[in-house]
Amino acid sequence: MTLQSRPPIGPVVLEIDDIHTYYGNIHALQGVSMNVREHEIVTLLGSNGAGKSTTLRTISGILRPRTGSVTLRGKRIDNVAAHDIVRMGVCQSPEGRHVFPRLTVDENLDMGAFIHSDAQVADDRNRVLTLFPRLRERLKQRAGTLSGGEQQMLAIARAMMGRPTVLLLDEPSMGLSPLLTDVIFDAIKEINATGVTVVVVEQNAQLALSIADRGYVMQTGRIVLTDSAAALTQNETVRKAYLGEG
Amino acid sequence: MSQTLAPALPTASRQPNFGTLARNLFIAVVLTYPFLDLAFGWQALLAFIPMMLMITLAMGLNIVVGYAGLLDLGYAAFYAIGAYAAAFFTSPVSPLNAILPDSPFFWMQDFWVAMLLAVLVAGLAGALLGAPTLRLRGDYLALVTLGFGEIVPRLVKNLEPWTKGVKGMNPIGRPYLFDCTFGVDPCTIFGTQYKLGMIPYYYVTLAIGALSIFLIIRLRNSRLGRAWAAIRDDEIAAQGMGVNPVTTKLWAFALGASFSGATGAIFGAYLQTISPDQFEYSTSVIVLCMVILGGTGNVWGVMFGGLLIQSFDRIFAERLTGWVHKFGAATGVPAVATLLSNFDLLRSRLFIFGLCLVLLMALRPQGLLPARKRRESALIDETEEEANARHDAAVAQAGGPQ
Repeated sequence: MTLQSRPPIGPVVLEIDDIHTYYGNIHALQGVSMNVREHEIVTLLGSNGAGKSTTLRTISGILRPRTGSVTLRGKRIDNVAAHDIVRMGVCQSPEGRHVFPRLTVDENLDMGAFIHSDAQVADDRNRVLTLFPRLRERLKQRAGTLSGGEQQMLAIARAMMGRPTVLLLDEPSMGLSPLLTDVIFDAIKEINATGVTVVVVEQNAQLALSIADRGYVMQTGRIVLTDSAAALTQNETVRKAYLGEG
Repeated sequence: MSQTLAPALPTASRQPNFGTLARNLFIAVVLTYPFLDLAFGWQALLAFIPMMLMITLAMGLNIVVGYAGLLDLGYAAFYAIGAYAAAFFTSPVSPLNAILPDSPFFWMQDFWVAMLLAVLVAGLAGALLGAPTLRLRGDYLALVTLGFGEIVPRLVKNLEPWTKGVKGMNPIGRPYLFDCTFGVDPCTIFGTQYKLGMIPYYYVTLAIGALSIFLIIRLRNSRLGRAWAAIRDDEIAAQGMGVNPVTTKLWAFALGASFSGATGAIFGAYLQTISPDQFEYSTSVIVLCMVILGGTGNVWGVMFGGLLIQSFDRIFAERLTGWVHKFGAATGVPAVATLLSNFDLLRSRLFIFGLCLVLLMALRPQGLLPARKRRESALIDETEEEANARHDAAVAQAGGPQ
């Protein structure tokens, strides 16, 4: 596979400043700040319950921060409804995939393009089906009957149908075999090469760092470490805690 | 957006000739039924009109329950609101009758105008009920709609100055076409008098039913229909596609209710009297059963389910009982005749109905004609592990991930 040359990294597109998000009384995010630059792949690492998914959900508007701000290209989005944030170019492949189980693969993709109704939708569809040829073979099959890996492909493909400029991926490797994980991560690299900024939450730190430019490490609702992916791979703490060494 | 790229799946081997024939025959019978009824002396026309109204009602409920996945146990409330709205504008006993005829709004007393107003009022009531339930799901939503279904008949009973309470409203404005007002009076058409009886009601009901089916199928395939399907399957994911869950659900409630508005208006005019006990909880449940029995989400399934329940309830239970009695008498054995003359399906119809529902849910929970047939190949029965393994094998065979 020949990768297109990546577009150069640009200015900050997504800025998260000191957000505190709660689940009822549970203080899940305790002052998270991070930023994402145009065309970057940024990964959010951490163990179970560290607040990675909560951070993504706060960005996409499913959860609201009690204090702090989320800014997309200079525009506050922490008070914008989830369905409007999609229209601003931020699409998500949620944790656990959340494909529409009773709709076919084709209809799932169609739903991904819900906010678009122009001729370009057909091109988008062709592009994601080229990215994931598996899906083309299963177009008429109900999404609930796909394998875990195929559902993950569908979730990413569906998010791409919304023409995101920022793509949020929540644990794309969850429950997948190593072979499938590689397929998915190759696709993420390819998506990024077409100019889409990617934020990927992962438990599989090694894999995530292998494709990311930068990473943030979360622990109990806080960012405890941030650096370039290369530096994080070498970092003693990260190696011990997340790369299974020591 | 189903397109050319799909691999050529073998289309299910239907027999188009037989299917088309059956369909055309069905349409022909439905279109000419009042005359067949007269010619053969079946005397079931009066059963068919409320039957078709109930089926149209089920179509409307199917929008809420089948398309949007919102369990509504109080649908009869909107039916009541439609019927009362139409009666309120057209009935001589309505307080409006003191004001309307001499006001600039006299045209509201016209039956067809009143029916449209009933559609609007019911739709509005649907949106009003929808608004406070938007945050609720599943069982909780069902409970709130149940409450609403109880409140409306109670209100009707107690707002006596407007609704005439338990006595009900009677008479109600009649629909008309050209110079012919529907009902028992003979009509003059091109100088000749005809006694049409209830035949015009049959055709108007049929037309409204057909229009409803057409509109509902169009809705199903619209952008809004897709949004409903998405919300039904996974609300969070639907939001992630840019679907606004608030407006989408409100539209489901409002549009679903508006169909019952038209139905209620015709129903009231047909019976010429409406009272609160016609819109009790059991009506909601029967309509819901029609939706579920036929196959939630499928217009044809709902029609089939409704036809089955209603024709049993209004025609076959009675006829069958008569036949059994006759058979008993014909055997000439007094013991058998006595035994069979005690047989009364009408008395046990709710028992049979309940039994059928239990059997159906045990044997075929997806309904008689489910929304989506299993058009996929055998792969559908594959477990996730099997699919994963098959997929990995395929990837490995293709030389691993590129």
